[in-house]
Amino acid sequence: MAKIIVVTSGKGGVGKTTSSAAIGTGLALAGKKTVIVDFDIGLRNLDLIMGCERRVVYDFVNVINGEANLKQTLIKDKRVDNLFILPASQTRDKDALTKEGVERVLNELSAEFDFIICDSPAGIESGAMMALYFADEAVVVTNPEVSSVRDSDRILGMLSSKSRRAEQGLEGIKEHLLLTRYNPERVLKGEMLSVEDVKEILAIELVGVIPESQAVLNASNSGQPVILDEESDAGQAYLDTVKRLLGEAVPFRFLTVEKKGFIKRLFGG
Amino acid sequence: MSLLDYFRSTKKNTASTAKERLQIIVAHERKRRSGPDYLPQLERDILEVIRKYVDIPADQVAVSLEQRGDELSVLELNITFPDEKR
Ligand SMILES: Nc1ncnc2c1ncn2[C@@H]1O[C@H](COP(=O)(O)OP(=O)(O)OP(=O)(O)O)[C@@H](O)[C@H]1O
Ligand SMILES: [Mg+2]
Repeated sequence: MAKIIVVTSGKGGVGKTTSSAAIGTGLALAGKKTVIVDFDIGLRNLDLIMGCERRVVYDFVNVINGEANLKQTLIKDKRVDNLFILPASQTRDKDALTKEGVERVLNELSAEFDFIICDSPAGIESGAMMALYFADEAVVVTNPEVSSVRDSDRILGMLSSKSRRAEQGLEGIKEHLLLTRYNPERVLKGEMLSVEDVKEILAIELVGVIPESQAVLNASNSGQPVILDEESDAGQAYLDTVKRLLGEAVPFRFLTVEKKGFIKRLFGG
Repeated sequence: MSLLDYFRSTKKNTASTAKERLQIIVAHERKRRSGPDYLPQLERDILEVIRKYVDIPADQVAVSLEQRGDELSVLELNITFPDEKR
């Protein structure tokens, strides 16, 4: 039985796909057989971030409609063992994903894999609801910014009322806060909400803080999930995040501004 | 923190404004989520009725339904009237 983790946010463009790619790759690196499923129907993007866009033959909707089987459709990562991608369809039909269809595919994946990572589309429409419905755990991706925090809270409401676990009266979805695009310098200046602020407002467990980083753009430019850039701050922060998801207690890094020289500190800069 | 930052920080920073606003709106929305679906419409209807008599802004009416034990729910209506005569 696989553990199903949805990566969700409500607000768009906060880093769900970046995080899905990084976390999925990190879990596979840790020896867990992992599949990342792109639920963003119509706007397929995970394939680009994972660098396998030219290897897409069939997609999620083809599998649901019985036009292809999983074996034909799953794309095996060339860098990391145990890592597979299920690409989204580019159909414009928003209702291409049915609850029954999604359930059937997830069940089939569940028999094979340790982890299923669901990369949710933005919003609170059917696509996002479908991505979170079957989840056991949720990574709520949030930027330290008012509209993102508010939308994350709305998604938390959905997780606890509109999911399979909620509807069947099972134990609730385990919620994790992933703060991304964090800029300690701006926090210090009082221009950006701090980790503590966001934690206090959303009141869920913090699983990771990913700094705003040039490495993320470099990674997406070259189709390499940023977690493979082990030298980079964002890559290391995602490695820590994966360890925490696997239950390891890891101290948080990249929360404070690197120390500058005394003179520079005194006069600002 | 540098000396410059110290003097800058005497004026209220925007992050703390953001935090206060979020705390209020998130608490409000959570309460609404946990209440029955008709609550927002009830709130709008009440606002309309009051506006027939007094011109008050929307954020001055607060309706909440609180569960007190198994048997009892209390509908709380909080309306702040403008102090100056119009
Ligand atoms: N830590 C980071 N530092 C810098 N840029 C980042 C970071 N995380 C994400 N980004 C950038 O933010 C943009 C949006 O990221 P991404 O596509 O992962 O978001 P998303 O939540 O999946 O968006 P959508 O809602 O459209 O699916 C991208 O350009 C990405 O490079
Ligand atoms: Mg995305």
